[in-house]
Amino acid sequence: MAFAAFAPTTTPPTDASGTAASPRRRSPVALLLLLPGILYLGLFFLAPLVSLILTSLQAPSEFGDIGQYSYAFRWENYVAVIQQYWPHILRSFGYALIATVLALLFSYPLAYFIGVTARRWPLLQSLMLVLVIAPFFISFLLRTLAWKQILSDESFLVTSLKAVSLLGPDAHLTGTAFSVIFGLTYNFIPFMTLPLYTTLERLDLRYLEAGNDLYASPVQVFRTVTVPLSMPGIVAGTLLTFIPAAGDYINASRDFLGGADTQMIGNVIEANFLVLLNYPAAAALSIILMTVILVMVGVYVKRSGTEELL
Amino acid sequence: MRRLSLGTWLLPVYAVLALIFLMVPIVYTFVFSFNDSLKSNITWRGFTFDKWLNVCAVQNGAVCEAFGNSALIGVVATVLATTLGTMIAIALVRYRFRFRSATSLLLFLPMATPEVVLGAGLAAQFLSVGVPKDMVTIILAHTMFCISFVVVTVKARVAGLDPALEEAGRDLYGSPAQVFARVTFPLLLPGILAAALLSFALSFDDFIITNFNSGAVTTFPKYIYISASRGIPAEANVIASAVFILALVIVVTAQVSSAARAKRQARQA
Amino acid sequence: MAAGAFAERGADLELVGIQKRFPGFTAIENLDLTIPAGSFFALLGPSGCGKTTTLRLVAGLEDPTSGRILIGGQDVTTQKAFQRPVNTVFQSYALFPHMTVLENVAFGLRRRKIPDAVGRAHEALRLVELDHLAARKPVQLSGGQQQRVALARAIVNRPALLLLDEPLGALDLKLRRQMQLELKTIQEEVGLTFLHVTHDQEEAMTMADTIAVMNKGRIEQLGSPEQLYELPRTAFVANFLGQSNLFTGPVVGETTSMISVDVAGHAVIVPKSRSHRHGGTVSVGVRPEKLSLHREQPPTDAGRNLLGPGRVIDVSFTGVSTQYLVVVPGIGTLVVFEQNRTFGPVGGEGEEVWVSWHVEHGFGLDDDPADDPKFAADTDTQSIAAQRRAALVTELEEA
Repeated sequence: MAFAAFAPTTTPPTDASGTAASPRRRSPVALLLLLPGILYLGLFFLAPLVSLILTSLQAPSEFGDIGQYSYAFRWENYVAVIQQYWPHILRSFGYALIATVLALLFSYPLAYFIGVTARRWPLLQSLMLVLVIAPFFISFLLRTLAWKQILSDESFLVTSLKAVSLLGPDAHLTGTAFSVIFGLTYNFIPFMTLPLYTTLERLDLRYLEAGNDLYASPVQVFRTVTVPLSMPGIVAGTLLTFIPAAGDYINASRDFLGGADTQMIGNVIEANFLVLLNYPAAAALSIILMTVILVMVGVYVKRSGTEELL
Repeated sequence: MRRLSLGTWLLPVYAVLALIFLMVPIVYTFVFSFNDSLKSNITWRGFTFDKWLNVCAVQNGAVCEAFGNSALIGVVATVLATTLGTMIAIALVRYRFRFRSATSLLLFLPMATPEVVLGAGLAAQFLSVGVPKDMVTIILAHTMFCISFVVVTVKARVAGLDPALEEAGRDLYGSPAQVFARVTFPLLLPGILAAALLSFALSFDDFIITNFNSGAVTTFPKYIYISASRGIPAEANVIASAVFILALVIVVTAQVSSAARAKRQARQA
Repeated sequence: MAAGAFAERGADLELVGIQKRFPGFTAIENLDLTIPAGSFFALLGPSGCGKTTTLRLVAGLEDPTSGRILIGGQDVTTQKAFQRPVNTVFQSYALFPHMTVLENVAFGLRRRKIPDAVGRAHEALRLVELDHLAARKPVQLSGGQQQRVALARAIVNRPALLLLDEPLGALDLKLRRQMQLELKTIQEEVGLTFLHVTHDQEEAMTMADTIAVMNKGRIEQLGSPEQLYELPRTAFVANFLGQSNLFTGPVVGETTSMISVDVAGHAVIVPKSRSHRHGGTVSVGVRPEKLSLHREQPPTDAGRNLLGPGRVIDVSFTGVSTQYLVVVPGIGTLVVFEQNRTFGPVGGEGEEVWVSWHVEHGFGLDDDPADDPKFAADTDTQSIAAQRRAALVTELEEA
């Protein structure tokens, strides 16, 4: 989702004049500027989170029907939800992890080409970046559906693969872990590519030359110079991919690329909330998901400080 | 003069193949918008322009209505998010205040929170407060998650703005309001526009949060999701393709015109 | 500042008891300064000395922690930048990138609602010979052209006081010299008061009527370029403005008009009128261009000081002059500039030479020598390397 935050048009220019920025002023204007937005977020982000926590602890109401709950401190909700859905939780993080790694492997050479090799041709760079973010312009759902159709049993691709015996006669590609991970990877490639591109674009090639000058082979230079220097991009891309992927449920949905055994935690939350009306379960699962993510973000923040976040 | 060994070919070829791979679903969607389909758009039956010409005819205009809803929500959410977000971005870069870290964290969290959680949370809150889910709740939800992205985008632009320019404005007898109107705002405008575009794109394409908070209102992505089981009409492909082409044209035009302007200025200097 | 009108002429500037504290450090300790109307005044000092802060205080871009600022007798301390009759030429020029050159120059006039802003803007651009570029955007101009536009933009407002924040720093040497003369000419023609902040002492001496040398938030010395150069008050001024040879020693004798200082066995005589201290341990000095180099020991002359014998350890040809480094045992390294009146150096490397100077050319500093190094600050790479090595060794020992 944060793609344009990394689009080249919005990266700040380097301060060529070297003049020190004037120290920030202390002024009541700051409060005036901040308050509306912060209050809004407080109301529509923090409050809902609190709501979610409270909901997760609710108990079914004594005399109500399905969907009626009353406030309680039912910690057992969490236990129950973990007992019932731990395969889904593990599966979600597993799929997300694999998708993230695949996206990284796919995107790095692409980002490298655009950001480093193609530096001499800025127009080409711009064109390729447009192509990288182009998938965003087509609805997320339609992209996933397109893959569903391309990978479906009746499609040209699958029938040809079966014809040359690369696939068994009864095998399907859709509805499997393969297709879900495939879908996740595809959909989040731009999230991985853009931060990588941003970091690689700023890579000073003279470091690579220095590496060469100091007897390192191209592979060694890549390993010991390029990769460490592009670490900020790798970390950003990884976070931006893993977090939404873990909570995704479109790819794993049965109408899309998923099947009976590929349900992720997002599907479960959706089902519990909108269909079963089991709000506490849905809320408890959401909190669990959120907590794991927050721990990851917390580790990241500790290492780079909050200024780097935005 | 570099020898054209395997090494030099490998990366460019890979990049081209990778980009082709990225384009596959787009091309597929575009092609199938011309499919002479009936209810479902899965098998190819023939080429026709019909769907493009009569986009809103199908299903009593349900597709177009969904599109209209998405567009309206997008515009309103964008205006709100861009205004609130720009104000925050300016405050963060130019002013000192306590709870700075807390504010940064608060702005970062919506971006880091999975959409499921955001959607479920808001829905739970609306439920407990007793607010019915409709257009308004969708707009409120979209504005919320767009603010952080606006802040990130505009903040980059504000940080790159030389403070000496505003000082020059003050030095040259501009009151604070005049300095903002004549110096700060025009220079921030490209960043604000980029943030607005981003915000609109996020809102338009959002499904998960919308799904939890929309009640009976259908947005374009929601329409697709609902139709997925019974068959998505080709008209949906038409609208998606049209949006795609429009977005592509906007982005390419922006890139080309800024490149042309830079060239023209360099030549004149 | 009345809208729609210009100041009559340049006004004088008074800073009274100015103090500026930032969280963590004090930029300006206690500043008292008066700049008379119509003069070209330079604030000279190394980076971090507080000169830019002073400028910003006068412009109204910062508020002093305490003290008052008066322009033309009027207290402007509480006035905001846009209310003060002061304009700044910024170091980075700060030309508005989204406006044309003409719009930039007309900006201040329009804010003050001066009639015929466009006409006056053209006039100002003609003054800096850039009227033909009025429709261009700043990014299309060269550095020198941008600098002139920045100047026009400030001058067109006929401010009582014009502030220049190291405006020539980004220009190459020839252009800088040219702009120095132009600025001086414009200032005299238009009759404004200029306050020029710079770290370039040559620039300050060329352009200014009066110079204040600042160091660590204080003014070390104030006076005309000649006064500061020929009669520095402190070691800092002696070393910042040009180079000096400094010697420290006890006063061993005095007459009605002279004092005699013992420098490693040699007697150095300095006129009392040119020495701030007349007793105890003093630091005295002489400028390198006042020294003469002799291949043979010259006869004793009551009107000249003599040091030597020493050995030439370096000869540097700088075009106009030749710079010699002479080591005199017990004293250290002396710097001698000899104008190249003829071809070839006066003394070769390794030669034994004597150094003499006219007694009237020496000066005595006001500093307490206990704090000062005996000689000019060592900035050659050898001593810097030695210091770094010593620091590293201590660091390793502590680790």
